[in-house]
Amino acid sequence: MALEPKEIYEKLHAAFPDISIEFDETVPCILVEPMKWKTVALFLRDADDLKFDSLMCLSGVDTADGNLVSVCHLDSMVHRHKLTVKCIVPAEEPKVESVERVWRTADWHEREAYDLIGIEYVGHRDLRRILMPYDWTGHPLRKDYEVPEFYNGIKVPY
Amino acid sequence: MGLLDKKFENSNIVITSLEGVMNWARLCSLWQMSFGLACCAIEMMAASASHFDIMRFGVIPRPSPRQCDVMIVAGTVTLKMATRIKRLYEQMAERRYVLSMGSCSNCGGPYWNYGYHVLKGVDRVIPVDVYIPGCPPRPEALLEGLMKLQEKVRSESLVQEKAA
Amino acid sequence: MLDNTLTTREEIRDLGLRTEEMVLNMGPQHPSTHGVLRLELVLEGEIIRKVIPHIGYLHRCFEKHAENESYTQVIPYTDRLDYLASINNNHGYALGIERLMGIEVPERVEFIRVIMAELQRIASHLVAIGTYGMDIGAFTPFLYCFRDREHILDVFEKTCGARLLYNYIWIGGVSHDVYPDFVKDVADIVKILRPTIKELNDLLNYNKIFIDRTANIGILPADVAINFGCTGPMLRGSGVDFDLRRDDPYSIYDRFEWEVQVGKGEMGTVGDCWDRHMVRVWEMEESCKIIEQALESFPEGDVQSAIPRRVRPPKGEIYVRVENPRGELGYYIISDGTGTPFRVKGRAPGFSNLSVINEISKGYMVADVVAILGSIDIVLGEIDR
Repeated sequence: MALEPKEIYEKLHAAFPDISIEFDETVPCILVEPMKWKTVALFLRDADDLKFDSLMCLSGVDTADGNLVSVCHLDSMVHRHKLTVKCIVPAEEPKVESVERVWRTADWHEREAYDLIGIEYVGHRDLRRILMPYDWTGHPLRKDYEVPEFYNGIKVPY
Repeated sequence: MGLLDKKFENSNIVITSLEGVMNWARLCSLWQMSFGLACCAIEMMAASASHFDIMRFGVIPRPSPRQCDVMIVAGTVTLKMATRIKRLYEQMAERRYVLSMGSCSNCGGPYWNYGYHVLKGVDRVIPVDVYIPGCPPRPEALLEGLMKLQEKVRSESLVQEKAA
Repeated sequence: MLDNTLTTREEIRDLGLRTEEMVLNMGPQHPSTHGVLRLELVLEGEIIRKVIPHIGYLHRCFEKHAENESYTQVIPYTDRLDYLASINNNHGYALGIERLMGIEVPERVEFIRVIMAELQRIASHLVAIGTYGMDIGAFTPFLYCFRDREHILDVFEKTCGARLLYNYIWIGGVSHDVYPDFVKDVADIVKILRPTIKELNDLLNYNKIFIDRTANIGILPADVAINFGCTGPMLRGSGVDFDLRRDDPYSIYDRFEWEVQVGKGEMGTVGDCWDRHMVRVWEMEESCKIIEQALESFPEGDVQSAIPRRVRPPKGEIYVRVENPRGELGYYIISDGTGTPFRVKGRAPGFSNLSVINEISKGYMVADVVAILGSIDIVLGEIDR
């Protein structure tokens, strides 16, 4: 049976009274405490009436106000409902708990968010750059990123 | 053949005939490195398929750079790929030619401004003989570029011009 | 699967031979990596122990461009994500913006979009099938597939002037109305395609050598496929009956009668390379069905009446997904109320599909890597973006 995001939020709130979980009406989405996210993720995947078995997309966002957001779009192929979960972290210390072992989709997506935005996923087994060269410095999709003049002796700007 | 290039100071009837034969042989068997990068590679494949049949020009795809005469850089060259392309070019035997196919490898194409990871033109790492414009160029354009390259090969000489 | 030929490490050690793992590099320049993918193969003899993919050789900064160009200018960049399925990519992006802005698209536009998207799906599958045959060692199907693909490209070219990257589906409409003979031309293509599919079946798909190379190779169980986020023919090849066109309908797909094709393990085990390959072949037939039904009730009308003069979606965000030939293509678009997107993230189907390659190639022979990789049908443009 398909559930609305609000109902899912209420279920989560009841199941985890000591984890800070908030509901954002505008999107609608659920905001979870970044370092407790994996526990919630496991519950979302395994609880019988939730069964979020697939992670559609995991994206990193630089909100340009000093925060980075890790956004997960979840889908249940059993119950046909969807959910958006966000973890907001400060840009100085961007640490989010990795859900790579919960949904293996997250493996490469988290590496990508680390590569391009610079969110550190704690507990990820293989957190390397994925798209950019391994010796690249900086995270290109940050809003304040400046393109380097040279890379290995090759001029970068036009 | 590369041993003889530009090694003579005067042209005579033997050398002009010899270079005519050599150039003809070269331009009729421009073996291509089968090496696609991005969107243009699909058009390159279309050019080698039955409809356009690039093989009638003697262009046969070879997987190894050692056996190739011409490298068609078909697609966007990124910084991560640039060093690999340079190495592949260095592995090719002499009298090697480069066809730059498409806007991306000519100058960065649509990625010229914000492409932090795109090489703005493959001529920044290897020398290019013929540039083919388009995004992507039609297979006909690739054939035209190939014929331009053949013209270039046809006019090559074994004679080293002396400074006056 | 390999038990009769496999000599285990222990047996070799008993013979007093020294063994060690070998790392073999494949790519980025390799004829059967379908682009610039580099694989690090950890081998024990000829048996694969681990595959480490290195991607990013075609990272063209799509997301950075999307943050700097206006909403309409992003469409040509979406073309270049999955360059074999440009129309489907345009479709997803345009749908996202339309949903954000609340634009109702005219009936004729929806029909044109569906017909074009399905033609593009067939064209993309033809390339996938042809190149897969070439990977396995059959060159002729490649020529046949590209021959028939040209007919589809001709229709695209007559409609919007481009052969490969079309910039065709705009926000609220399409760039050009179809030309007068469109319906007849597309109907002719369907007539040409049906015999082609039969020809492919005779020549390639039920060929003994082809089956030997692909059946029981690279088996992907359904639960692993879902957990890794595999979608499209990859997921359906594993027997999961899931297609976004039916299960999360967008555009007007819910009006047509067609079936979701899944792998049945006809030649080996469910989820092997042959199943994945055959799902693509069967899907071409289903696309033909959709096109035929759409042509029957093709309405008249203006195709550009709903195109907004100024594209400025209200503040908000959306995740929209469509069924690409390769699987679920998603766009996560955040609007801050200005004329340029704040963030566009493309969720490429190939990205998740490729990530499973280590799981499904362990224990097979080194020559099977080519068969497995070809059956995933990757396009590096969308994987690296």
